[in-house]
Amino acid sequence: MSWAGPEDIYLSTSLASYLDRKILVLLRDGRKLMGTLRSFDQFANAVLEGACERVIVGEQYCDIPLGLYVIRGENVVLIGEMVRLLLDTEREELPPHMIRVSETEIKRAQKVEREAGELRGTMRKRMEFLDFD
Amino acid sequence: MLFFSYFKDLVGQEVTVELKNDLAIRGTLHSVDQYLNIKLENTRVVDQDKFPHMLSVRNCFIRGSVVRYVQLPPDGVDVDLLHDAARREARGA
Repeated sequence: MSWAGPEDIYLSTSLASYLDRKILVLLRDGRKLMGTLRSFDQFANAVLEGACERVIVGEQYCDIPLGLYVIRGENVVLIGEMVRLLLDTEREELPPHMIRVSETEIKRAQKVEREAGELRGTMRKRMEFLDFD
Repeated sequence: MLFFSYFKDLVGQEVTVELKNDLAIRGTLHSVDQYLNIKLENTRVVDQDKFPHMLSVRNCFIRGSVVRYVQLPPDGVDVDLLHDAARREARGA
């Protein structure tokens, strides 16, 4: 097996150019993980150091620390390199109107959102006999 | 390998990649591989308000298996060339 030289890596689709960078991984279930890319392979399996999950509900968000994660490639949707938009804020990655809240608060907001979604689902089911279309 | 070669020729052009989760990303095609994994540069999300977490992403890698569509520049497609290539491939040449 031959290894791509450093100059080939930046021209190829390999994740090597993101190694040791802060990345955002979007998963198929909609979760967003952030961390430092330490390793990967051809299936997009990836090792994230200092991983945390970013939960966003409406205007609120929270980063829940997770630790060292190995992500199975089939669950990966997208891997993005995160750039700093402003130099000295720690929450540079989100629009300015978004508010950081605690883990308990975001979990509560998540639950409320989920239940509202379920309610909408059952309402629609009950109304189905009306045949809107 | 037809579409792999085809996408390789499109490198450097501006494309919009629509994913199966309805996220649409526009950017410059940086590279593509045999699985049709795609790397984009200078990306921006088409519906930014719906995906605020994508704000800080400028370069990204998209797994080929989650792509629904790739929208190409109108002049990026030479239909006749593609047509011929498909026939050649079908003949096994």
